[in-house]
Amino acid sequence: MHHMTLAEIARGLADKQFSAEELTRSLLARIQQLDPQLNSFITVTADQAMSQAKAADARRASGESGALLGAPIGHKDLFCTQGVLTSCGSKILTGFKAPYNATVVEKLAAAGAVTLGKLNMDEFAMGSANESSHYGPVKNPWDLTRVPGGSSGGSAAAVAARLLPAATGTDTGGSIRQPAALTNLTGIKPTYGRVSRWGMIAYASSLDQGGPLARTAEDCALMLHAMAGFDAKDSTCVDQPVDDYLAALSQPLAGLRIGLPKEYFGAGLDARIGEKVMAVVEALKKLGASVKEISLPNMQHAIPAYYVIAPAEASSNLSRFDGVRFGYRCENPVNLEDLYKRSRGEGFGAEVKRRIMVGTYALSAGYYDAYYIKAQQIRRLIKNDFVAAFNDVDVILGPTTPNLAWKLGEKNSDPVAAYLEDIYTITANLAGIPGLSMPAGFVDGLPVGVQLLGNYFQEGRLLNVAHQYQQVTDWHTHAPSGF
Amino acid sequence: MQWETVIGLEIHAQLSTQSKIFSASAIAFGAEPNTQASLVDLGMPGTLPVLNAEAVRMACKFGLAIDAEIAPQNIFARKNYFYPDLPKGYQTSQMDHPIVGKGFLDITLEDGTQKRIGITRAHLEEDAGKSLHEDFQGMSGIDLNRAGTPLLEIVSEPDIRSAKEAVAYVKAIHALVRYLGICDGNMAEGSLRCDCNVSVRPKGQAEFGTRAEIKNVNSFRFIEKAINHEVQRQIELIEDGGKVVQETRLYDPNKDQTRSMRSKEEANDYRYFPCPDLLPVVIEQSFLDEIRASLPELPVQKRERFQAEFGLSAYDADVLAASREMANYFEAVNAVCGDAKLAANWVMGELSSLLNKDNLDIEQSPVSAEQLGGMILRIKDNTISGKIAKMVFEALAAGEGSTADEVIEKKGLKQVTDSGAIEKMLDEVLAANAEQVEQYRAADEAKRGKMFGFFVGQAMKASKGKANPGQVNELLKNKLEG
Amino acid sequence: MALERTEVEKIAHLARLGLNEGEIPSTTETLNSILGLIDQMQAVDTTGIEPLAHPLEATQRLRADQVTENNQRDAYQAIAPAVENGLYLVPKVIE
Repeated sequence: MHHMTLAEIARGLADKQFSAEELTRSLLARIQQLDPQLNSFITVTADQAMSQAKAADARRASGESGALLGAPIGHKDLFCTQGVLTSCGSKILTGFKAPYNATVVEKLAAAGAVTLGKLNMDEFAMGSANESSHYGPVKNPWDLTRVPGGSSGGSAAAVAARLLPAATGTDTGGSIRQPAALTNLTGIKPTYGRVSRWGMIAYASSLDQGGPLARTAEDCALMLHAMAGFDAKDSTCVDQPVDDYLAALSQPLAGLRIGLPKEYFGAGLDARIGEKVMAVVEALKKLGASVKEISLPNMQHAIPAYYVIAPAEASSNLSRFDGVRFGYRCENPVNLEDLYKRSRGEGFGAEVKRRIMVGTYALSAGYYDAYYIKAQQIRRLIKNDFVAAFNDVDVILGPTTPNLAWKLGEKNSDPVAAYLEDIYTITANLAGIPGLSMPAGFVDGLPVGVQLLGNYFQEGRLLNVAHQYQQVTDWHTHAPSGF
Repeated sequence: MQWETVIGLEIHAQLSTQSKIFSASAIAFGAEPNTQASLVDLGMPGTLPVLNAEAVRMACKFGLAIDAEIAPQNIFARKNYFYPDLPKGYQTSQMDHPIVGKGFLDITLEDGTQKRIGITRAHLEEDAGKSLHEDFQGMSGIDLNRAGTPLLEIVSEPDIRSAKEAVAYVKAIHALVRYLGICDGNMAEGSLRCDCNVSVRPKGQAEFGTRAEIKNVNSFRFIEKAINHEVQRQIELIEDGGKVVQETRLYDPNKDQTRSMRSKEEANDYRYFPCPDLLPVVIEQSFLDEIRASLPELPVQKRERFQAEFGLSAYDADVLAASREMANYFEAVNAVCGDAKLAANWVMGELSSLLNKDNLDIEQSPVSAEQLGGMILRIKDNTISGKIAKMVFEALAAGEGSTADEVIEKKGLKQVTDSGAIEKMLDEVLAANAEQVEQYRAADEAKRGKMFGFFVGQAMKASKGKANPGQVNELLKNKLEG
Repeated sequence: MALERTEVEKIAHLARLGLNEGEIPSTTETLNSILGLIDQMQAVDTTGIEPLAHPLEATQRLRADQVTENNQRDAYQAIAPAVENGLYLVPKVIE
């Protein structure tokens, strides 16, 4: 049962081949058996999952239907789930049983999805290897000595290992797309404002966006359809109807204009990944797409700008973790300052502290213009590049990552080297456009991802291209051995 | 040396919305601790702000009332600092793009002259919670009910030159926000709070001296005392060869002193940046036009109208226009009695002393405007004299009748104007004081004046004040002279 | 421009992050290498470019002024480190 996609599960449940309860029970057993190798879950909510599954079966028995009714999923552990530990992969949220549900959690629950648990992640979504979690690193099911990517590394590993058909993730600089690429999944970061951020613990508010990771574009469409939409509780959420992503999937690709940014194929890209990407281009051409080279001249400035904006917002967003109203509090604080400094000093991990300090510095008196304003100006230049590019092309295609999944611990000593791994993904966050990563083959047995970027609110088009590609290829069906 | 005082004020006015600025919690004063603190107010992870439309509207009202520039867009920023009453570790405020730009307010000084005080800006922000310092085993308790209450921070230019001017300005702001219905102005509950930036400089010097900011001044009286104290402190300090340091000082009304708040003195670096959870707020011209059309008559306009329309003195007009409730009351009295001067005298005289004595607001007045107006009508038509009117007023205040007419009737206070009856009464008075009549008639013109008063007094006493004083005078004169 | 130890200490204080003596040198070094990356921005000519704060450049939606929250104090304080009489407790606040 664990090899089924969401779409297959939906058919199975509709045809009464199995019940949601049976499916949930079987996946819970699989998680219990296999997850110790991966560490992809922080919390398994077995009891809650069983009652949700039974409720889904009851809803179906009473005549209800729906693609996600009874579908097992997991949530990245920064979506607040009422009464369940919501840790953000951090010690500082020790004991934080969220007093409310995130909008995404509510929406998926309303659609009948069954939550099997909360998934491991880089602490506060800061990382691209899932090694900064207080709950320990997550391993890549394709090679247990390698990282699964991050920050939605738990979501990626669990779905890739067939512990779950789909999971939620969040993407601030590539945190859905990069782990999807390194674990052979399809994952989409929607347009900024498409998915509500209410209850999604913030890393960098103007960049964060929730989205799904699954094995197919079709499953991503099913998930995103349930997750997206207006929410009055999030001022940055867009009040605009959600497209019919499922209907968009079957559109033929004839006439599709693909742009290949020359900056994505330069130095720094593993040539073997480049070859896989070009093979995808060839396949899409056969499906009727035309291809042209384009330029995104400011891409090279994206990393420095991102590593100002994201830490600046984070330094402020993370001030509320102070040991006063929730979460970790140091032992026996001698005074107020001691309470703050030790609770935060002991509660946050090294990477989080680094980014808080970088952000604090960038916003401090005398540096604000040189860092923060400058970064926002570059942000506009990057957006302008995309606006210009989308005058000529429908989607932009390139590699998701410059490298294959690396060895655990390999980049721990050099944060800057790890930051450079985000080069192809962070521009979408800075500009707010949607981006998707899909499987494009293997190098040395490790998955390669190709990234599609679209214009604002063109999620349907990205899912369509990925789906059509997945109709003529089978990379996405490959499962890691042992799972 | 002659010193000049320079004062700029920052007034925080709590806006009288129903709910908080960024959440749907109530803002009622005096609730049990933390019972009006929602997920947003507590700064729970994952929560987000949504701006209250009414707070925006109220800020615009204020802006229009001070003739300020209101930019088409204003932006919220985060002011970052750690304090236990600040749950998110930042205050959502406005920095570079406040909702209300430059404006002004005219104030009336004690000598009746007007002075224009510039207002630099007014911006929206959220209030913090409260730290309670009662001892919980050496701990402080944090109540976040107030966190997120909408504030309008009104920043004046350094145009104020004395403590008295400062008080006049705060009173004018107080009156204005109450006229506009955007703040209840209750200083004791902290609805209107004032920080005073005070400096001194030798008279004639162009540059400002170093200023100290006095926080936590929460009554008109304390504003005056705190500023006067601080001015004195600074002058003495400089004259003794010292230097004023830029710092925050706290006014202690019990000791009538300001003291340095050293704990807040560390180099603050608030790291303001635009709040990424909130978007730019757009103010449409049509929205402003609609608010402008609905603005009530403001204190300055009312003062001018009271002078022009009713012929009141500048002083009377100023007193009556000082609060919307007072002005409304006065106008209601005038509407009934049609005599603005009498109405003004009664409202500012008997009514005000009655309210002062019982410490009541005019809305709580035991005598309604209709009752007072009805009574003044009876003065005007000679049913009662001014003296009797005071008795009627007291009876109305004591609830001894629902109208002046009822009191007059019940107590038999109707003035006697029947000449025959008055003559009869006067004859009795003169007969009872035959000796004094003799003396009067024997006295020369110069002494008669004072003696005449004696007979008037006796006559009014005999009539229990009800005899028409004019008729008594005239008839008495005839009888004594005749 | 390289950060000195004292600046690192000042930043850590502003951010209320306790650093042990041992962490300071390595933190200083890492921050300097990150700042080296960030400083590459300075090469970009951004004259006349309006800063971009939000990708969509949308405007703020306003909420009707209604009270819809009710008292949830017990639920919210169930996860608090220290409360008494409905108040959150912290080491004494000195003004």
